[in-house]
Amino acid sequence: MKDESVKDTDYSLDELKDEPETNIYAEVFLGSVRITGVKVNYYHICKTKLWLFSHNINLERGDDNVALGKILHEDRYKKNLKNITIDGISIDFVKTGKRTEIHEIKKSKKMDAADRAQLLFYLYYLKKRGFDAVGILNYPLLNKTEKIEMNAEDEANIEREIEEIKKIVLSSMPAPMHKKICLKCAYQEFCFCGRGDKNGE
Amino acid sequence: MRENFYILQDGILKRKENTVYFENKEGRKILPINKISSIFAYGNLSFSSGVVSYLSKEGIPIHFFNYYGFYEGSMYPRETLISGDLVIRQAEYYLDPEKRLCLAGKFIEGACGNILKNLKYYARNREDIQEIIENYVTSIKTELSRLIDAETVPSMMRTEGKIRELYYNALDEIFPEEYRIIKRTRRPPNNKMNTLISFGNSLVYSTTLSEIYNTQLNPTISYLHEPFERRFSLSLDVSEIFKPILIDRIIFKLVNKNMLDDGCFRGEIGNMLLSDKGKKIFLKEYDEKLKTTIKHKGLNKSVSYKRLIRLELYKLSKHVLGAENYKPLVMWW
Repeated sequence: MKDESVKDTDYSLDELKDEPETNIYAEVFLGSVRITGVKVNYYHICKTKLWLFSHNINLERGDDNVALGKILHEDRYKKNLKNITIDGISIDFVKTGKRTEIHEIKKSKKMDAADRAQLLFYLYYLKKRGFDAVGILNYPLLNKTEKIEMNAEDEANIEREIEEIKKIVLSSMPAPMHKKICLKCAYQEFCFCGRGDKNGE
Repeated sequence: MRENFYILQDGILKRKENTVYFENKEGRKILPINKISSIFAYGNLSFSSGVVSYLSKEGIPIHFFNYYGFYEGSMYPRETLISGDLVIRQAEYYLDPEKRLCLAGKFIEGACGNILKNLKYYARNREDIQEIIENYVTSIKTELSRLIDAETVPSMMRTEGKIRELYYNALDEIFPEEYRIIKRTRRPPNNKMNTLISFGNSLVYSTTLSEIYNTQLNPTISYLHEPFERRFSLSLDVSEIFKPILIDRIIFKLVNKNMLDDGCFRGEIGNMLLSDKGKKIFLKEYDEKLKTTIKHKGLNKSVSYKRLIRLELYKLSKHVLGAENYKPLVMWW
């Protein structure tokens, strides 16, 4: 939720820029569907997951994968400032230097495309707000990092994705489709618990 | 998988930093907080607000039962899984008579399906009563077929009442004389069988409530039972399906294997209750039942009976979200 004062200061910043660039703020925060990095990520993984998450159908603690992600998040990179929130967009951590680095921590490379899209969304948003930054994906379990820069094509993709996400969230829940990745998803039981039931005898 | 924790003795729950202890004159026991899903308190339990806030933070409800083993209430932790969207749709399915009727019917349908499974299962090797049970099965099916024509929830409730009566009559044919129900009585239950049923049903009710807590469903919006009937009436609705699966089967086992003796009951005919010994035996069986797993065809993995309750709630969520029509669980095993 944004409060009024924040809105005002953002607005004065936006005045310095061209018309089309003021739109991203409205697009992301004031539209009927608030766009976040996680939603962009889920858009690439599964439309049903995106919808459920956006409608606050979260799952209870207890899923092992979710727990592992949380511990990774809390335990690693203790020295770095964590969970920086810029305009309500929450970033794992930020390093300043010659160029600002936006860091995102991930467990594995399995969801590569989705993780990249998430970071690109942050970069896109920051660019529109006048920040030049570079994205770094951190894989502490693999001891790897990956640098991500945004090009014009990426930007066009993100704009399209934002529109798509809004459409999905505002329509009815997409029927779950069984994919290979479902096996590791916390929503698996939610999605497929009804299969195999028969009526009466 | 988190488990239930049952406290039968009187005592105090104490919190020392982030450890919770149960203490009484017999000693001190640590509660493994990360392994508990709910606490069932049958004794006189004292605790400080520190314990309550810690358990609440960890999302662990405490269900309280009185001296007689009846459900008294729950410490229901602050809701953390909230979806305004889902609650509105849950209410929509209550307010729209057609939608409500459809869901109410599903709960009866599910309960009835499981009742029929039980009857068939226990009459299977009993040639002496096979025919009588068959007749009951036919009568129950006839009653069930009237459900489609029901125009109001109360008339559905009447159908359900008739089905239960037929079911209990049929059970009286199966059980030995000592364990006849004759007539279902509640507070107080007047004989051994009624005592066992009452004790078990309140366990299912509390377990279901704990599972509801772990979903976005609101426990007060229900369909078969009226939301004003009891505080967490959705729990009553969903319990209908699980009572025959969990409790009736436990009772069958306790009786068939002669696991109960007179020391398990106290009071007299007309006002019969479970003794501490009886409670202990029942709770042990109940806990084992919840942990028992079966292979779920849809999920292609083993799930516990307790998990089946959660899955049922997920199915209900999907129904009100308009994603998939709710089909009640009927034992496939």
